[in-house]
Amino acid sequence: MSTITWKYASPQHFYPLAGKMIPWFLALTLVFGAVGLWLGLFVAPTDAQQGQGYRIIFVHVAASWMSMFLYVVMAFWAGVGLGFNTRLSSMMASAIAPTGAMFAFLSLWTGALWGKPMWGTWWVWDARLTSELILFFLYLGFIALQAAIDDTRRADKAGAIIALVGVVNVPIIYFSVMWWNTLHQGASVSLTKGSSMAHTMLLGMLLMALCFWMYSIVMTLLRVRAIMLERERHTEWVARLQEVQS
Amino acid sequence: MIWNSPGEFFAMGGYGLYVWGSFGVCLLALIIEPLLLAKRRTEVLRSLRRELSIKEETR
Repeated sequence: MSTITWKYASPQHFYPLAGKMIPWFLALTLVFGAVGLWLGLFVAPTDAQQGQGYRIIFVHVAASWMSMFLYVVMAFWAGVGLGFNTRLSSMMASAIAPTGAMFAFLSLWTGALWGKPMWGTWWVWDARLTSELILFFLYLGFIALQAAIDDTRRADKAGAIIALVGVVNVPIIYFSVMWWNTLHQGASVSLTKGSSMAHTMLLGMLLMALCFWMYSIVMTLLRVRAIMLERERHTEWVARLQEVQS
Repeated sequence: MIWNSPGEFFAMGGYGLYVWGSFGVCLLALIIEPLLLAKRRTEVLRSLRRELSIKEETR
């Protein structure tokens, strides 16, 4: 087991494996997305309080979850890269960041579009919204810092420090609705109500989260393959690749 | 199925702008990102092929 793990820890062996994994995760993205959208837009009934406006939940919650989850995964790989000096780990962290930033943006965007009709405002400086905005800036900071340093090893190290320091923000986002009195509702995903409506809503939401998760894997694998080619451009294994030869 | 007509579906009970503004931008982002990545891959492969051909010419 450990020899297999170490084998795929090298870009040379992970590159073709990632290529083989992409179509499978893409298929899962499309299946989860199709069923999730069907449930969310056509099956889940109208909300008693928010009418049809609540349907934003199906993209808002999934995007918010992914923005936090991807940050933790990014910080993990950045930390492994920092600690063990493994090239692939740092490449994974760099590959995750833009997709995480995009989900943080989508979380804020859909949140604003949900806040306007329900709270009467696009934005408030409350704990949940502000900490999510900080998450977005942490992603941008990570990306900008790495882009500003020419030496990739130093860029990886600097990025890892920002990623690891910023990870404290994730539990703050998660618990913000409990720790502070905020406008944002708590994690009240109607598990307790037990009605059929709550079930289709919850199922649709989980499927959309799975869709975004699988999508993130596809994007990370696509990006890490591009990063491998860029960073290892002078190596023998890159020169021997079919797609470079032809 | 909870909708009686396509019009009702698109109106989203008066929340159309907010609901479609959310779903639309998400869909757009999820389409643009893979396109940008495909472009990035094409570019790096092109420059790698160019480097390789220069190397072979000078050999």
